[in-house]
Amino acid sequence: MEIGRGEEMMKRKKASGILITFSIMFLFWILLSCLFDAFHLLVGIGCSATVALTSHDLLVKGRSKKVLLKSFQLLLYILWEFWQIVLANLDVAYRILHPKMPIDPRVIEFETTLRGDFALVTLANSITLTPGTITILVAPETGKFWVHAIAKKSADSLLVDQTMQRKVADVFMEWKHGVDMT
Amino acid sequence: MFLATGLLITIAVTLSLYRVVVGPGVLNRTAAVNVIGTKTIVLLVVMGYYFERPYFFDIALLYAMINLIGTLVFAKYLERGELWS
Amino acid sequence: MVLADAITIVLLGVGLFFLFVGSIGLLRLPDFYTRLHATGKCDTLGAGLTILGLIVHHFFYYPGTILITVKLLFLILFIFVANPTATHAIMRVAYKTGVMPWKLGEERK
Repeated sequence: MEIGRGEEMMKRKKASGILITFSIMFLFWILLSCLFDAFHLLVGIGCSATVALTSHDLLVKGRSKKVLLKSFQLLLYILWEFWQIVLANLDVAYRILHPKMPIDPRVIEFETTLRGDFALVTLANSITLTPGTITILVAPETGKFWVHAIAKKSADSLLVDQTMQRKVADVFMEWKHGVDMT
Repeated sequence: MFLATGLLITIAVTLSLYRVVVGPGVLNRTAAVNVIGTKTIVLLVVMGYYFERPYFFDIALLYAMINLIGTLVFAKYLERGELWS
Repeated sequence: MVLADAITIVLLGVGLFFLFVGSIGLLRLPDFYTRLHATGKCDTLGAGLTILGLIVHHFFYYPGTILITVKLLFLILFIFVANPTATHAIMRVAYKTGVMPWKLGEERK
């Protein structure tokens, strides 16, 4: 009995995965080519169906809870980050164009409470895009980050303040490892 | 306006070419080639507006993806010594 | 029309300034890791601002074919995700094969 139910759930997940991938690909096709006659739409449907049938498990992986809330919080986080990107680049431009070049590079290492794939990738990208730090290595089992910082001020903003880790953990709601917060 | 922008981007590309020629080791050269690829994308979009042909934007999108895949494949080869094992 | 031209020229100018700073950083900085700082951040933002200026120009001069700006917006989003990933990949290779970072007071590498 239980083996039958598990198989049916997997088939339903596969079918919904294929459908979501097909709709996203077809939306992309219409957006990129602004032609709406019958021949091009048919070719679009054919190509989207082929891609959805062969590689649907790359895009939709399992079902995570509260997807809409996480997407909305992600949007707000991206808006906060644009401001940080502009500040970061003015800082780097000042350091490069200054005749004495005040840099003091070092490698630091810290732990976070994030474990999921998407959360780790978001934090690594944010660290690379913001003032004075670049991600070197990520260990996905323990949530450790190795980071190369260009000055003491940028290293402190990651080690001491920890604003960015708290914001990403708030977006994806992964504060403590092993506790199901839903 | 667009012609001046294109010329300035070409001067910036020539500055990065120095790091491709000098640049001790293969890693410096890979980083510089990635930079030249990004500037090429911007140059393609600017030239699309200068010549008033909208098909240049598709080529720019395609070249962005090719640049990313090329850099990632090169990094993987340098790390392992082989691509598939 | 003058307002559209002014906004376009300002955005293009700032974008080109950041692209130049990225290239100058490649020449001036003393170590491999610090050079990646210059290119990974300034190059990405410079390209983003330049293409944003061109989107504003398209918005005012060719209002009939507005769907093309969606293509350019997607290009900006792609560059903002792809460039840091490539930078991180190259830096990971350098760290794993043992390239030593530069500390204050050493000579150029």
